[in-house]
Amino acid sequence: MSQRVTIDPVTRIEGHLRVDVEVDAGKVRKAWASGQMWRGVENILIGRDPRDAWAITQRICGVCTTVHALASVRAVENALQLELPVNAQYIRNMIILAHAVHDHIVHFYHLSALDWVDVTSALKADPAKAASLAESLSSWSGNSKAEFTKVKERLAGFVGSGQLGIFTNGYWGHPAMKLPPEVNLIAVVHYLQALEVQRHANKVVSILGGKTPHIQNLAVGGVCNALAIDSQSVLTVERLLAVRGWIDQLADFVKNVYLIDVAVVGGFYPEWTTIGRGIVDYISVPDIPLDGRNTQFALPGGHIAGGDLATFKEIKTHDDAYFRDGVTESVKHSWYEGGKGPLHPYKGETRPQYTDFQEDGKYSWLKSPTFYEKPMQVGPLPRVLAMVAAGHQPTIDYATHALDLVSTVAKTKVGLDALHSTIGRHAARAVACAVEVDELARQWDLLLASMAKGDLKTFNKPVFPKGEISGVGIHEAPRGVLSHWIVINDGKIKNYQCVVPTTWNAAPRNDKDEPGAYEACLAGTPVAIPEQPLEVLRTVHSFDPCLACAVHVVDQEKQPVVKVKAA
Amino acid sequence: MRIVVLGVGNILLSDEGLGVRAIERLPLACALPPTVELIDGGTSGMEMLEELEGLDALIIVDAVRAGRAAGTPIRLAGDAVPVFFKTRLSPHQVGLCDVLATLELLGRAPKHTAILGLQPQSLALGMELSREVEAGMPELLRMMINELLMLGIGASPATIEAR
Repeated sequence: MSQRVTIDPVTRIEGHLRVDVEVDAGKVRKAWASGQMWRGVENILIGRDPRDAWAITQRICGVCTTVHALASVRAVENALQLELPVNAQYIRNMIILAHAVHDHIVHFYHLSALDWVDVTSALKADPAKAASLAESLSSWSGNSKAEFTKVKERLAGFVGSGQLGIFTNGYWGHPAMKLPPEVNLIAVVHYLQALEVQRHANKVVSILGGKTPHIQNLAVGGVCNALAIDSQSVLTVERLLAVRGWIDQLADFVKNVYLIDVAVVGGFYPEWTTIGRGIVDYISVPDIPLDGRNTQFALPGGHIAGGDLATFKEIKTHDDAYFRDGVTESVKHSWYEGGKGPLHPYKGETRPQYTDFQEDGKYSWLKSPTFYEKPMQVGPLPRVLAMVAAGHQPTIDYATHALDLVSTVAKTKVGLDALHSTIGRHAARAVACAVEVDELARQWDLLLASMAKGDLKTFNKPVFPKGEISGVGIHEAPRGVLSHWIVINDGKIKNYQCVVPTTWNAAPRNDKDEPGAYEACLAGTPVAIPEQPLEVLRTVHSFDPCLACAVHVVDQEKQPVVKVKAA
Repeated sequence: MRIVVLGVGNILLSDEGLGVRAIERLPLACALPPTVELIDGGTSGMEMLEELEGLDALIIVDAVRAGRAAGTPIRLAGDAVPVFFKTRLSPHQVGLCDVLATLELLGRAPKHTAILGLQPQSLALGMELSREVEAGMPELLRMMINELLMLGIGASPATIEAR
């Protein structure tokens, strides 16, 4: 008998995801991903000054404010063909890399690790054994027996008080939980340490961005950080040295804790390297520009077809027609007026037409983006695969290191192919994070070298022409390809469309009725206990959706039988 | 003594953003000592962890759905604070709720928490507050100043002329 499981939204920020799955014989047969809120921010922007757009777009998503601010200024700069001072690029690059590192650490430890880690099982662990295991895997200073004993006692007190607090909604004791108690304890210790470490990334963003969670320093044409060797009120060498200290601590944690933990967890869940494959057409964009015109990048990106790295086609610049001309969005299954077929974002329309949730008709507020008419997967996995295909050596090295460790733990050879999976998305995110934290340090070096040469320029003034111009701002955000598309007429915004990573991944079916990435990846996912659809959450969370979910299971008459909140 | 007044909400959804609007307006209505930090939290979560830890008091300003007439001022403190989070009187508490639970876990939760707000009228797309909520804003600012007074923080009035 098939059962219907619904994962419903709770947040009112970008997207509000609801996922419906039809479970038959212990496996997901069909899935629907539905955005539950109309994201009509585009309409707010029409008629405004393009220089103000970034401050508004950074409010569309509660999780990634910075990325929308950046994509927006890039769109306007692209429309103006405006060159930036390289210092502005370095400062922006450091902000977005620190943001990405923050996002990845928090996503793994605080938003998704508890899908795999049983906190209550950690209470059964022997701290000495856990510490010696952890010490055998890495040189991290926080892996001592004393630390493990302390955390276990603290956890016992917390659980004993009957108030699990942040751990309340976990699926403790679920049959799909497979880690030994010692590994669970290691993960809990690192969960707490990650809370301390993530603040370093946040400090980098707030020193460079002027403020967090909403940065203040962007401007169309550069950044408004005044650089100085010695003045007090601006970005000085002294402040930059503090930034460097935080970057180095982040790098230590990412390489010696995060990357190792993901590989170890992956090694204990080898079956999850074959679950959640879904769409293996991937797209990412190059980012971390090294020149003022967005033509040279530290991190490459491009398209991979059918999961085959030999098909890699690079997207070379942010002006590359291959990307710009390839994106269209369908509203056939979305709650918008349609009938015109898939539209390019410059021509995109945002006119709501709400129906009910109709399985075969319209069922989502998200549009369905495609790249040359095919649905894509975006995110760290496409990013890492593209960088490997492009021969980016640091990515190849970290990926090899992680997969070797997985192979050791799993006692079987695990290769790159294992990344096309639910657990593979976590592994790819950790690899991407290691690459990004190194690049963060390199951007710091580049900024200091530029300042040492006497270049303190951070802003080029934009000039808006009469008549119509258009531009696209693209950014490889933590969750994948983000693009803002702007049409400007006589210096005012005429049209604005945001095609965000979660829209690519959580897209409803497209014009040809092909499922989006979540929908495709969920098919075949096992579900041991429909009342506790942990496995569905694992696959959805592996994409790092911008949202928290409440899960309810609905029987065939679509009556809720259980409702479980899950972070 | 460290006190944070945290405005939360999405300013793109009209009255949803009233907490953020209140934070923007408070410094125009009075001068605050440096022990009081005003934070525009938007709809973010874990990014705020650092700024909210080890506080003597946290005053959250938000749209509160209490089934009252639009613009009605609402103050929740003591036992009502956990209820606010459990029953989701506010739309964007997932992030904030996680932050506060994490601070509990770390043993660095605020010693005192109060929630101030207004019943929203409209959560529709738009950057302006509704007429009803706009009319309630002066009272909300007074409540914020009173809350600080109860904590022993005097806010000297009207710096508007000085600006």
